[in-house]
Amino acid sequence: MLLLLLFAFAVFRPAAAEAIEPTALELLRHLSLFIPAGVGIMVSAQPVRGEAFAVIASLVVSTTLGIAVTALATRALLRRQRGHENAGEGA
Amino acid sequence: MNAHLPFAKLDAIWVYLAASPLLGLTVTLVAYLIAMSLYARAKHNPLANPVLIAVAIVVAALKITNTPYRTYFEGAQFVHFLLGPATVALALPLYRQWDKLKRGALPLLGGLVAGSLTAIVSAVGIAKLFGASHQTLASLAPKSVTTPIAMAVAEKVGGIPSLTAVLVISTGVFGAVSARWILDIVRVRETEVRGFAIGVASHGIGTARAFQVSEEMGAFSGLGMGLNGVFTAFVVPVLLPVLLRWL
Repeated sequence: MLLLLLFAFAVFRPAAAEAIEPTALELLRHLSLFIPAGVGIMVSAQPVRGEAFAVIASLVVSTTLGIAVTALATRALLRRQRGHENAGEGA
Repeated sequence: MNAHLPFAKLDAIWVYLAASPLLGLTVTLVAYLIAMSLYARAKHNPLANPVLIAVAIVVAALKITNTPYRTYFEGAQFVHFLLGPATVALALPLYRQWDKLKRGALPLLGGLVAGSLTAIVSAVGIAKLFGASHQTLASLAPKSVTTPIAMAVAEKVGGIPSLTAVLVISTGVFGAVSARWILDIVRVRETEVRGFAIGVASHGIGTARAFQVSEEMGAFSGLGMGLNGVFTAFVVPVLLPVLLRWL
C-alpha cells in the first residue's frame, strides 16, 4: 500500500523522487536486512523435521518451475504483442 | 558460553554484553560484512550468497553461545525493521521503468498468473505427494511472496506463520542462487523478463540479487514481487481448499 503511495507521489512530484532516489537505492542494495528472519530458521526448523524431505523437494522444484514458467510465458506474450504491433505498422 | 570462560571478569563482561540488545545488532552486521567479503572473494558466484553465509554465521554464533533467538532478535529487530522501508523504496525504481512497464502490462500479467499458479500448485502437490501434513501444505502455499503477506495468508489458510517465514526465506535464497542457471537453461536472455521471473518466484531476496546485476533487472524483479504479493493474497485462500480436495 505504502509502495503505491510513494509511487503516486513520484508521478506527481518528479523532483521529490529525484531527491529520495539515492537513499532508496542504497537501502535496496543491502541484503543484510534479511538476516534476522533467516536466522529464524533455527527456531522454526523443529516442526518440519519429519517432513524435511517433502518440504525441500517442494521448495526446490516449485521455485525452479516458477522462475522458468514465468520467464517463458512472459517472453512468449511479449513477443506476440510485439508481433501484433509490427503487423499493425506494416499494414 | 560463560561456563567455558576461565576468568570471572570475562564472565562478567559477557553477561553485560549479552544483556544489551546492541549485541544482536552487532552480530548481524559483522556477519554481513564477513559474508560480503567472502562473496567478493568468490567473484560474486551465486552459490556464495551473502544472506546464506551471514545467516549461517549468526546461527553458529547463537548455538555456540547458547543464546535464544528471542534475545538475539531484540537487537536484530532494528535491521529487520528496515525491510519495511526497503519494500516501500521499490516504488522509485518502478517509477523509473514505468513507460516500459505500461507497454508490457498484459504480457507481464499473463506471465505472473502462469508462473505464480505453477509455483503454488507444484509446491502443494509435491509436498502432498511426500506425505506432508495439512498444516505444512498451508504454510507452503504462499511461500513465493514477501514475508508479511505470506505470513498473513498462511495464518488465514491454517498454516503456521513462523514456518511460512522460514519457507519464504529459503525460497528466496534458493531462487537468488539458482535463477541465473535456470534462466540460462530455458534460454531467456532479456533483462526485463529475467528480472520479472526472479521477482515473481523469489520475492525480496531474489530482487536484492537482481539489483546487484542491474537497476533495470531489479526494477522488474520488484514489480514481479509486488504483483505476485497481491495475486497470491487473493488466490491462495480460494485455490488451496480446491487443491487439497483434488490431490
